[in-house]
Amino acid sequence: MKLFDTKYFLETTKAAPLAAFRIFFGIMMFLSIVRFWSYGWIEKLYLQPKFFFSYYGFEFVKPLGPYTYLLFLVCALSALAVALGYKYRLAIVIFFLSFTYIELMDKTTYLNHYYFISLLSFLMIFLPANAYFSFDAKKSPALASEYVPRWSIDSIKLLLAIVYIYAGLAKLNSDWLVEAMPLKIWLPSKYDLPLLGDLLQETWVIYLFSWSGAIYDLSIPFLLLYKRTRVIAFLLVIVFHVLTRVLFPIGMFPYIMIVSATIFFDAKLHDRILAWIGKVFRVNKAYFDNDNIWKLTSTGHPWRVSVLLLFFAVQLIFPFRYLAYPGEVFWTEQGYRFSWRVMLMEKAGYANFRIQDSETDEQFYVDNTDFLTAFQEKQMSTQPDFILQYAHFLKDHFDSQGHQNIEIYVESYVALNGRRSQPYIDPKTNLVAERESFRHKHWILPFKDEIKGL
Amino acid sequence: MKHTLLVAALVLVVWSCSDDNDDPAGNNDNFDRGAMLTNWADNIILPSYQAYVADLEDLATSAGAFSNETTFENLEALRVSWLEAYTSWQSVSMFEIGKAEELTLRDFTNIFPTSATKIEANIESGQYNLELPSTRDQQGFPALDYLLNGIGSNDADIVTVYQNDPAYRDYLQALVTRLNTLGTMVLEDWQNDYRDEFVENNGSEASSSVNKLANDYLFYYEKALRAGKIGIPAGVFSNTSLSDRVEALYKRDVSKRLFETALNATIDFFNGVHFDGTGQGESLNTYLVFLNTIQEGENLSNLINNQFDAAKSAGSNLGNDFFAEVETNNQAMLAAYDELQANVVLLKVDMFQALNIKVDFVDADGD
Repeated sequence: MKLFDTKYFLETTKAAPLAAFRIFFGIMMFLSIVRFWSYGWIEKLYLQPKFFFSYYGFEFVKPLGPYTYLLFLVCALSALAVALGYKYRLAIVIFFLSFTYIELMDKTTYLNHYYFISLLSFLMIFLPANAYFSFDAKKSPALASEYVPRWSIDSIKLLLAIVYIYAGLAKLNSDWLVEAMPLKIWLPSKYDLPLLGDLLQETWVIYLFSWSGAIYDLSIPFLLLYKRTRVIAFLLVIVFHVLTRVLFPIGMFPYIMIVSATIFFDAKLHDRILAWIGKVFRVNKAYFDNDNIWKLTSTGHPWRVSVLLLFFAVQLIFPFRYLAYPGEVFWTEQGYRFSWRVMLMEKAGYANFRIQDSETDEQFYVDNTDFLTAFQEKQMSTQPDFILQYAHFLKDHFDSQGHQNIEIYVESYVALNGRRSQPYIDPKTNLVAERESFRHKHWILPFKDEIKGL
Repeated sequence: MKHTLLVAALVLVVWSCSDDNDDPAGNNDNFDRGAMLTNWADNIILPSYQAYVADLEDLATSAGAFSNETTFENLEALRVSWLEAYTSWQSVSMFEIGKAEELTLRDFTNIFPTSATKIEANIESGQYNLELPSTRDQQGFPALDYLLNGIGSNDADIVTVYQNDPAYRDYLQALVTRLNTLGTMVLEDWQNDYRDEFVENNGSEASSSVNKLANDYLFYYEKALRAGKIGIPAGVFSNTSLSDRVEALYKRDVSKRLFETALNATIDFFNGVHFDGTGQGESLNTYLVFLNTIQEGENLSNLINNQFDAAKSAGSNLGNDFFAEVETNNQAMLAAYDELQANVVLLKVDMFQALNIKVDFVDADGD
C-alpha cells in the first residue's frame, strides 16, 4: 500500500486543534439537542404527526413513540461523552447512529446542516480526537499523544471546505446572481430589523447580499487556509453567520459553523484555549504534552485512510447527481437534497388530492390537514417524492375505509423564486400506479422557465 | 479578493451603524405596514363589528318583542332582524384574531349544519350550557334558522309552537343573548385595548398582526367561504353532494345573499376598501404592488382581483336557494367552487410567497 506511506500520510501535527474541535463539537451538539427538546419540537415533530415521510430505502426508520425522548437523551449524552473524550469511539459511533436515525425519521425536517452533522460525526469516528485532553487519554497513557497524523485534522478542514465551496457553486445560477432571488423575497420582509430594515428594501442592497454571499462561500475556505488572511477570514465568518442568524431562522447552525472554523487556526491558539479550560476544570494539560505521536497499527492505517478517501470521493461526486436527471433541479428536486443547496430557493405550493373510484368515477377531495401537520403539508406540496409517498399513504388509508378501485390524482401548483405559480404534477397521472425509485419522475410537469448556471 | 471581501464586510458594518433612521419624516421606500394595519382596524374591522353588534341588538329587540307578543307579524320582524344580523356577520367572520380567536367566535356563531335533534333535546330538558364547545351545533345563526324557519311546516305552526311552549321562547332568547354577548365582547375588546395592540404589532415575525391576520383571512377564505358555503354542499369533498349542508338550510332562499356578502367582504378586505364604502386605504393589494417594484414579477394584485371577479360572476349564476341549486343545478355550484379554488392558489401560494408569510407558520429551523 504505497499511497498510505507517502510523505503526506505520514506527516504529524499537534493534536490540540483536534481535541479542541472535539470539545466544541460535543458541547454544541449537546446544546442543540437541549434546545430542540426545550422548544417542544420532539413532541411536535415526531410524536404528534400521524404519518411520517421516509427517505427512499429507509422506510423502517420511524419515530419510536414515547421512546423517541430516550433516543434524544442517548444522543445528548453521547454528545457530552464526545466532548469529554470519555469512551470516545463508542460515544461518537452512538452519536452518529442516534443523530442520523433522528434525521431519517421524517424527511419533512431535512436540513443541510443536519446532514452536515451526520457526515462530520461519521468522519470523526475515524479520527483520533480522544488522543489529547480527554478522559480516555488520561486513563490510558498509551493513547495519550501530543501529536496526531496531519490528515486527521485536514479531513475536517476538507469537509468544511466542501460544504462552503459546493454551497457557493450552487449559487452560481441566474436566479441568485441575476434576479437576486430568493433574497428579493426574504430580505424586504425583514423590514422591522433595527437599522437594516429600510436598507433591505433597496434593490442594490439585495444584490450586494446575493453576490457577497456567493463570493463568501467560494473563497472563505481558501482565506481560512492561508495564514496571512486567516484572521480577517475568521472575522468574515463571524459577520456572515451572525447576519444569517439575524435574517433567517436557522437555529444553531451559524454558531456551529463559527466554532468549527477555529479548526483552521494554528495549534498555538488551541493550546491556549485548552490551557484555559484546564485551569477552570483543574485538568493538568501538561500531562498530555508528552511528545508522543499517535500511531496506527500497520493494518489499521491503510484501512482507515481508505475509508476516508472513499468518503471524500463520494462527497465530491454525490452533489452532482442532479446532472443525471432531466429538468431543472430547483423544480424537480431530483438530486436537490444532500448537495449543499443552502437557502437557495423560495418555493411554495398547493396540492389538492382527488380520490377517484375507477369503476364508478365517483370522486372526492382530501383535506390534507386531516393527515398532515402544517409543516408536513408545506413540505409535501413542493416536493414530488413527498407527494408520491403521501398519495400511497392516502391509498392505504381509504382502502382500509372500504373504498374500492382507488385512483389518486393531484392538482398541484408551485411557485418558485417569485415566479407565478404553475401546475406542478401531471393531474392525469394516477399516483397509485407510480412507484418511488431513483429514476426520473416523468409525471412532474416541465418547468416553464429556465434557470441558467450550475 | 481579500480586499474586496474586507471592503464588503466593512460596508456592511458601516451600514449597520449608520443612522438611517434619523429621518423623522420616515421618508423611506419601505411599505408602511402600520398604515395598512390602521386602515384594517379603523376603517374595516371596527366599523364591521359595530354594524354587526348594532344588528345583533336589533335582533335582541325583535326577539324580545316576539317573546312578549308571539304573533306572526313579530315572527316576520324577527326573521328580518335575523337575516340582517346574519348578513352583517359575513363581514366580520374572517377577522378571527384577538378576542374573536380566543372565544372561537366563528365556531359558536355559524357552525352548520345545526343539530335539530340536539336543539329539541335542549329545549325539552332545559339543561344546556351554550359555553361548551360541544354545543356549537346547537347555537348561533344556523340554530336560529331552525328555530325561526324549521320547527313547523308552515308559519302558523311555527307561531303555535312558541305560543304553546315557553321553553322554545326561552331557548330562542338564550341563543340571541349568547350571540350578543360574544359579539359585544369582541367589539369592546377592539374598542378598548386591542386596536392599539393590533396596530402596534407591526413587525415581521410570525406572531405579527399582518402575518396572523393574513393567515386568518386565507383560512377563512379556504375553509369557511370556499368549502363551507359552496364546496361541501356541492359534494367536492365527498362521494355525493350534500344539499343539507348549505348555509341557511331552513330559510333556503338566502344562502346566495349570505355567500355574496361574504365574498364581497373578502374582496373589499383584500383591496382595503372601507366598510362604509367611501374610501380605500393600504391593503394586501397595495402591499403586493409595492413588493412587485422589488421583485418585478407578475402583477399579482390584478391576477387576484381578476380571479375574484370570475368567482363573483360564477356566483351570480347561482339561484338564491343553494339547497335547490345543489339538488338541481349542481354544475353551477361546482363551477363557482372552481373559480373560488383558483384564487386559493393565487392567495396561498403566490401572494404568501411574495409577502414572505408562512402558511400556518411552523416554529422550526430552516437552512
